[in-house]
Amino acid sequence: MTQGVATAPLPQPAKPGRSYDLPQSGWMKARERLAWLLVAPSILVVVLVALYPLLQSFRLSFTNARFGSTRPELYVGFDNYARLAQDNVFISALGHTLVFTVASVAIETILGIAVALIINSNFNGRGVVRTSMLIPWAIPTVVSSQLWRFMYNQDNGVINDVLVNRLGILSSPVAWIANPSTSLSAIIAVDVWKTTPFMALLLLAGLQIIPGDVYEAATVDGASKWQQFWQITLPLLKPALLVALIFRTLDAFRVFDVVFVMKGAALDTITLAIYARQTMIDEQYLGRGAAASVVIFFCIALLVIVYSRLVRVEET
Amino acid sequence: MHGHDSSSSPVGRLVAESLTGHLSRREIMKRGIALGLSGPVIGMILSAQQRSALAQDATPAGQEVGWSIVVPEGLRTDLPGARVRAVLTSSAHPDRPWQEAAMRIFSEATGITTEFVPGEESATDRLAIYNQQLGAQSSDNDIYQIDVIWPGIVAQHAVDLNQSLADLAALHFPAIVENNSVDGALVGMPWYTDAGLLYYRSDLLEEYGFENPPETWDELQEQAQAIQDGESADNASFRGFVWQGNAYEGLTCNALEWQFSSGGGRIIEPDGTVTVNNPQAIAAFDRARNWVETISPEDVTTFNEPSSLNAFAPGNAAFMRNWPYAYSVTQAPDSPLVGMVGVTQLPMGDGEGATHAATLGGWQLMVSNYSQNQEAAIEFVKYLCSPELEKAFTIERSHSPTISAVYDDPEVIELQEFLARLKPVFEGGAVARPSTVTADLYNSASIAYHTRVNQILTGQIDGAAGAAEIEAELQDIMAELGY
Amino acid sequence: MATTTAVRPVMPDTAMISGTRQWSLGKVINRILFWILVVFIIFYTVFPFAWALLSSIKPNAELFTSPVVYWPSAINTTFYQFVLANGDFLLALRNSIVVSVSTVLISLALGSLCAYAMGRLQFRGKTPVMYLILSMTMFPQIAILGSLYQMIVNLGLYDRLPALIIAYLTFTLPFTVWVLANFFRAMPGELEEAAMVDGATPFQAFIRILLPLAAPGLVTTGLLAFIAAWNEYLYALTFTQTRARTVQPAIASFSGNTQFELPWGNILAASVLVTLPLVILVLIFQRKILAGLTAGAVKG
Repeated sequence: MTQGVATAPLPQPAKPGRSYDLPQSGWMKARERLAWLLVAPSILVVVLVALYPLLQSFRLSFTNARFGSTRPELYVGFDNYARLAQDNVFISALGHTLVFTVASVAIETILGIAVALIINSNFNGRGVVRTSMLIPWAIPTVVSSQLWRFMYNQDNGVINDVLVNRLGILSSPVAWIANPSTSLSAIIAVDVWKTTPFMALLLLAGLQIIPGDVYEAATVDGASKWQQFWQITLPLLKPALLVALIFRTLDAFRVFDVVFVMKGAALDTITLAIYARQTMIDEQYLGRGAAASVVIFFCIALLVIVYSRLVRVEET
Repeated sequence: MHGHDSSSSPVGRLVAESLTGHLSRREIMKRGIALGLSGPVIGMILSAQQRSALAQDATPAGQEVGWSIVVPEGLRTDLPGARVRAVLTSSAHPDRPWQEAAMRIFSEATGITTEFVPGEESATDRLAIYNQQLGAQSSDNDIYQIDVIWPGIVAQHAVDLNQSLADLAALHFPAIVENNSVDGALVGMPWYTDAGLLYYRSDLLEEYGFENPPETWDELQEQAQAIQDGESADNASFRGFVWQGNAYEGLTCNALEWQFSSGGGRIIEPDGTVTVNNPQAIAAFDRARNWVETISPEDVTTFNEPSSLNAFAPGNAAFMRNWPYAYSVTQAPDSPLVGMVGVTQLPMGDGEGATHAATLGGWQLMVSNYSQNQEAAIEFVKYLCSPELEKAFTIERSHSPTISAVYDDPEVIELQEFLARLKPVFEGGAVARPSTVTADLYNSASIAYHTRVNQILTGQIDGAAGAAEIEAELQDIMAELGY
Repeated sequence: MATTTAVRPVMPDTAMISGTRQWSLGKVINRILFWILVVFIIFYTVFPFAWALLSSIKPNAELFTSPVVYWPSAINTTFYQFVLANGDFLLALRNSIVVSVSTVLISLALGSLCAYAMGRLQFRGKTPVMYLILSMTMFPQIAILGSLYQMIVNLGLYDRLPALIIAYLTFTLPFTVWVLANFFRAMPGELEEAAMVDGATPFQAFIRILLPLAAPGLVTTGLLAFIAAWNEYLYALTFTQTRARTVQPAIASFSGNTQFELPWGNILAASVLVTLPLVILVLIFQRKILAGLTAGAVKG
C-alpha cells in the first residue's frame, strides 16, 4: 500500500558542504515553539467547531432542551435514552440503518473485488474503465438520488420500461420508491451504484502491490485460479479490504442524503441520521435528538474499535 | 422543516401575484422553476397572467392601489401622534403596495403614524425571527401577522383581543376565531384564509353521466373509478383522484379532512382529548388506503401539491384535492382544461357526525404584549380586519376573506366570482389543525400523525393499528403539555 | 495482448499465466466474457449520468412517454434556459462556489501549517494532537448537527454563508491536515538541513522550500476538499433557508415525484449543470484524485 500521495518524486537537495556544527539546540527550541504556533490555529478551529459541539451534544442528550422554548432546561438523566429504547420509530430507524449498512457494504465489497480483479489485468482501454468508474463517485449524492428517482419513475422511468416493455420480465410497472416492499432495496441499489466503483479502486490499489511471481509460483505448483484467489489474493488483499470496509461501514451507518432525497422521513425507510435530524430540527427536541445522535456516534466508535482491532491482528 | 403551512403555498402566491400583474414574465418563470413547476404549468401561469392583464378590471386603469378601500366608521381619533409598527408581508411581496396604501389611509383617518415592517418571506424564518424578538420582549414592533398554526406558539406574547375587539371577532368565521383562541384569549384577529377544495373535471362528469360532483367519499370513489376505467383505455396514465399522500404537513391536512368529514374528530380536540383511534377515523384511513392503486396512482403516497397539480393540469386525473391557488392554473388560456374544471367542497363521510370538511390555512394579526402603543395597535387591527378592508383586500388582491358577509357582497361576487363561491367551504366544515392546543409541540404531533398515516396508505400497517399508534404518540405529546 | 509482459504485477489471466499463444475455444470464450464484463462495467457506471444528459435535452413531450423514447428527435435547450434564468438557482450556484472555495482556502492555509508541524517537527503533545485530528476525520456529522445549529442561531449566522464555511471546516480541515502531514513526512530530511545551512529559520524553510514542493499535494487535497464541500447536503439543508442556500438542497427540493409531468427536465438540467464541472475536474485530475483517495484511506 505505497500508493499514497507521498510517493511523488522529489528533487534531492545537494548535501550541505559544511559539517553540522550548527546551533542545533536553538533550532530545536525554535522548532518546538514553531510547531505549536503552526498547530494552534487548526487545533483552535477543530476544538471550537467540532469538539465543543460534540461535547455539547453529549451534555444536551441528558437534558430536556428544546429550541425556542421558554420552559427551563432540566437534566433528566437517561430519560432520553430510555425513550429511544421504547420508540418504535427509532427502533425501525435502527433496523433500516443496519439493513442498509450490512447489505450495501456486503454487495459493494463483493462487486468491488470482482471489478477490481477484472480491471487489474492489463488490457487496452483500462484507463477508460478506471476513469468511467470515478464518475459515480464524483456525482453529488443529491444529484445521483434525483437521477435514480427519475429512472425509477413508475410510468415512464427507464427501469420499468426496460423490465416491462423491452425484456418482459415484469408484467406491470412497479412504483419502486413508493412501494414499501421495494423502497429500501431500491435505495440500496443507488448506494451500490455510487460506491462500488470507489470500493473497487481502493481494492485495486491493494491488488497492485501483490507481486506477480507469487501467482507464477502457485501456477507452477498446479493451484487452480480459484485456489489462487482464496489462498493468495484474498489474504494479501486483506489489509486493503479492511481499510475499505472501515470507510464504507462508517459512511453507510450515517447515511442521510440518498434516503432523505428519495423518501424524506417516511417510516418505511427512515434511518438513524434522518430520525436524529427530524427530532432535533423539525420537532425541536434538542435533547432527545442529541441522544439519538450520541447513539450513532457510539455505534460508529464501536465499529472503529472493532475494525482497528482486526487491522492490528492482521498486522501481527 | 418542510412546508409548515401548505395553505400559504408559494405556488399559490406565485399564481396570485402573477394574476395581479406585479410580476414580470421572467420573474414568473424564475420562481415557477424554483418551485419545481413543469414547463407547461409555468406556461399556464404565464398565459393566465396575460389574460388577466387584459380582462381584469379589479384595479381599473388609472386607479391607485387601495382604490377600493372604504374607511370603516367608529375608529378612534383621540390617539394622534401614536406610532404603530406592523410586521406584515415580506419586502418584495406584491401585497406590499396595497398594505402600505391601507396604512396611509389609516393614518390620514386617525392621526396614528404607521410603519410597514417587512417580514421574512419563508414561514419558517418568519417564526424564527418572531420567536427571537418576542422571546427578548422587544417593543420594536407592535403588530405581527401570524400563520394559522402559530397561535399556540405565540400566545404568551399576545394581547387578548377579546378585551377590546370581541364585537369584531363575532363577525369572523367561528372556526378561525376558535383556532386563534388560547385559554379563552383571542391571540390573533383573522385576516385572510385558505382551505382544501375538491377540483373536478366537469366535462368528464357529464360525459360519464354524473349530474353532480360527489357529495360523499363513496360517490367520489364510484365516479372516479368509472371515469378512470373509461379514460385509461386511451391514456394509460389517467387516474381517478389525486391528492397529497407524501409524509409531510400536506398529508396532515388531507387526513384531517378524511377523518373529520367522517365524524372521526379533529386529531386533538381543543380540550386536549386525542381523537384518532375511533371507528370513523379508522374507516376513513382504510378508505384512503383503498384509493391507492384503485382510483389513485400507487405513488400518490409520495405526492405533494405541485405533483398533484402536475397530474391534474395536463388532463391526467378526474378529481384533485388542492388549495384555491390551483384554480387559476387550470383556467389559463392555453390550458387544456379551460371551462372544464369545477370546484366544490370536499366530500363528506357517512355515519354519525359526518360533515364536509376543509383544512384551514391563512393569516391573522396579533398585537404584541410588549408594545408601547397597544391602544393604537389594536385600533389598526380593528381597521385592517374590518369588513370594509377585508372586502378591499379581496377585490384588489384576491385573498379569501374571513368574514362571511364579504362573500355575499355584490362587488366581490362580480369581481372575484371564484372566491365568492367558496363561502360554503369556509362556513361549513372549515377545520383547523390541532396547532393551538399543541402549541410549540405541534410539529411533533403533525409528524407523528402524518408519518403513521403514510404507513397506512402504503399498507405497512392497517388503519386500526395505525390509529392506535398515533393515539399513543399523541397522548405522550399531550402529557408533556400537561394534559 | 495475451502475452503482455507484466511490468506491473497483474492478476492472473488464463492466457497470460499459461504463457502460450494458443487460442483455444475456451480462451476465446473467456476473452469475450471478459470484454462483455468490461463493457458492462463502463455502461453501469456511466449510464445514469449519460441518461440524465440525454433526457435533459429531450423535447418535453418525449420525456414522459411510455414506452420510453431513448433517443431525442430534436435537441431542446429550454430546460437549460429555464434553469439559467432562474435567480434562485443562480444564487445557489454562487453560494456554493463561495462556500466551497472559502472552505478550501481556509483548510489549506490552516491545514498546511498544521500538517507541516505534524509531519516534520518534533514537539511534546504531538500524539494527542494527532489523535484529536484523526478522531475528527471519523465522527459522524449528525453527532454535532444539533449543537452546531444552536451555536449558529445564537451567533446570528443562520442562513448566512459563514455558517456553512464553519460547518464544513469540521470535516475538510482534519482531512487536509491528515493527508498533507503524510505528504510532508515523506519528504527527505535534507531539505530543511540545506535551508538551515543557508541560515533560514524553520518557518522560512517551510515557506520557501517545503511548501512549494508540496504543491501537488495541496492541489489534490484542495480538490478533494472542494468536492466534499460542493457535494455536502445535511448541513446546507439545516443551516440555510434562502439567502445562503447552496445547490445541493436547491436541487433536492425541486418538488415531489409522480409519473405524470413533473419538472424533471429542469431537475435534470440543473443536476447536469452542477455535476459537469466536477466530472471534468475529476477526469483531468483523475490520477491525483485516485492517489489522494487511496492515501487518505490507507493512512486513515
